[in-house]
Amino acid sequence: MTHDVTLKKLNDRFGAGSFETSQFRDNFRLACPRERIAALLKFLKDDCGFDLLVDVTAVDYSNYPDARDRFGVIYALLSTETGERLFVKVFVNDPDLTLPSVVPLWQGANWLEREVFDMFGIRFDGHPDLRRILLPDEFAAFPLRKDYPLRGRGERHNFPVLSRTES
Amino acid sequence: MPLQLAEPAAPPAESQEYIWTLNFGPQHPATHTTLRLILKLDGERVIDAIPDIGYLHSGFEKLGEHLDYNQYVTVTDRMNYISPLSNNIGWHHAVERLLGIDVPPRCKYIRTILAELARISDHLLCVGTAALDLGAFTAFLYAFNLRETLSDLFELLCGARFTTSYTRVGGLMYDVDQRFVERVRSFLAAFPPLHADISRLLDRNRIFVDRTKGVGVLSKEEAINWSCSGPVARASGVTCDLRKDEPYLAYADFDFKVCCATGGDVYNRYLVRMAELLESVKIVEQAIENLPAGPVNIDPAGRAMLPDKTKVYSTIEGLIQHFELVMWNRGFPSPTDECYAATEAPNGELGFYLVGDGSNVAYRARCRPPSFIHFSVFPKLIRGHTISDVVAVLGSLNIIAAELDR
Repeated sequence: MTHDVTLKKLNDRFGAGSFETSQFRDNFRLACPRERIAALLKFLKDDCGFDLLVDVTAVDYSNYPDARDRFGVIYALLSTETGERLFVKVFVNDPDLTLPSVVPLWQGANWLEREVFDMFGIRFDGHPDLRRILLPDEFAAFPLRKDYPLRGRGERHNFPVLSRTES
Repeated sequence: MPLQLAEPAAPPAESQEYIWTLNFGPQHPATHTTLRLILKLDGERVIDAIPDIGYLHSGFEKLGEHLDYNQYVTVTDRMNYISPLSNNIGWHHAVERLLGIDVPPRCKYIRTILAELARISDHLLCVGTAALDLGAFTAFLYAFNLRETLSDLFELLCGARFTTSYTRVGGLMYDVDQRFVERVRSFLAAFPPLHADISRLLDRNRIFVDRTKGVGVLSKEEAINWSCSGPVARASGVTCDLRKDEPYLAYADFDFKVCCATGGDVYNRYLVRMAELLESVKIVEQAIENLPAGPVNIDPAGRAMLPDKTKVYSTIEGLIQHFELVMWNRGFPSPTDECYAATEAPNGELGFYLVGDGSNVAYRARCRPPSFIHFSVFPKLIRGHTISDVVAVLGSLNIIAAELDR
C-alpha cells in the first residue's frame, strides 16, 4: 500500500514537511501539531477519501522511554474505497487537555471520544454529549492514566450500597 | 478536574406528559447480556433510546498493561465469549505484528480454520437467539445443537469449551491431531443440511420476515459514518472484509466470497450472516484438505516462543528457556514502538493498538471492540420503531456486553 497520493495532497494543501511521517510494520503514521488537528482531519475526510474512522484512542506516555509529551491521542482512519489506512497522532499536555471533537465529521467518534474522556480525562470541545461511558458518573479518577494503580484507590470498597427501601 | 455531569433531559412539557420512560435491562432475558437501555415511549412507539453501558466493565485494557503478551490471551477469551478463538487469534496477530514474528504455514492454516469455526459458532448463536427473541424456537434449537458440536470440537482441541486460550506468541498451545481433522471433516459434512433447515425455517417465514424487514435500516453512508464493520456494514452494502482487503493468516490461499446485501435492515443482516456461514464452511474445507505439514511454532531459539512442556520438565535447556521467558525481569524483547493490527472477527473489525516499551508486557493494549461501536448506532436504528422491535434490532447487531464493556 503506497501513501504517495495522500502525501502529495497533504503537501499541496499544508506545505511540504508540515507533518512528521513515520512507518512501522505496515502502519503509516502522521504526527500532527495540536493547532492543526481539526483542519488536518477535515481535509483527510473530505479530500483524501478517509471516510471511516476506525478508532480513537489515547496513550499516557508518563513512564515511556524518551517521551516528551504526556498524552498521545491516535486517530485510526481507513478509506473504504482504496483500503488505505492512516494513523494520525496528536500530543496533548497538562494543564490544557482538550482537543476539537470530530463527531461532526464522523458520528462513530461519539462513543470513542467519550471512552477516551472516561479513561484519560482528555476533553473534546464540541462533543454533543461528553460524559462518562463505562465508569459510573460519580467516579473521580481516570483509570488508564499511568499514575492510577492497577487495583484502584478503594472506590470499589467505598461504593454506595442502596438498601431495598432506599432504591 | 471536576467531573462534569451531563445535563438531564429537558423536563417534559405539559403537552408531552403522555411520554413515559421504560427501563430495559440490565437484567433482562432479551438483552442476552448485561446492558441497559432507557427507552422513551409514546404508546408502543420508541421516541428515543439511551444506552447505559459499563455494567460489565472489568478494566481489560488496564490489565493488559500488567500481564505479558502470553498471559493476556486468557483475558481475551472473556471479551467476546461467543467466539473466544477469534479473540485469541486477533490478540496474537497484533502481538506478532508488533514483534515482527511470522508464524509457520501450518500455524497459519490451523488459525484460519479455528477463526472460521469460531465465526460459524458466533453466527449460529446470533441467528439462533435473534430468531428466539422473535418467537422462532426451533431454529434456535437447531443452531445450538450445531454449536454444541463445535464446543465439543474445541474441547478436543484444547481441553476447554469456551475459555480456549489456544494461541501463543509465535504459535499455538498444541498442534492438532488426526482426530481433530476427522471431527472437523464430519462437522463440515453435517453442516450444510442443517444450515438449510434453519434457512428454510426462517428465510420465508411470514412472522420472521414481517418483524425484520424494514426494521432498523442503516444506509451505506450511515454505516461508514458510524464506523460500522463486519456483517452490520456488509448488510448495508459496504464491501469491506479484512480477509479480502488485507489478507492475513492464510486467507489469500482460499477461494471465498464476501457476502453483502443492500437493504441494511435486520432481515439483511440475518441473510448476510447465513451466507457467511456457508463461505466459512468453504474456507475450512479448503484449509483442512491442504493442511501443510511441518512445525506449528516458531523456533524457540528466537526467544519468543515458550518451549515444549516435555522439554521443560526433562531437559535443563528447556527449563532455562521457559524461565527466561516467564520471569518478570526477563522475557522476550519488544520494539519501543507502536502498532495497530486488526482481524475480521465475527462481529466486525477486532483491532488491537499495542505500544511496546522493550519489555514483554505491553505499555498500552487498546482493544477496538466491534460491539462497542455497533451499539452506539442502536439509538439511531430504533427511533420510530415499536418496543417489540427493540429485541429484533439488538439481536441483529449481536451485542456481546463483555466485549462492549471490557
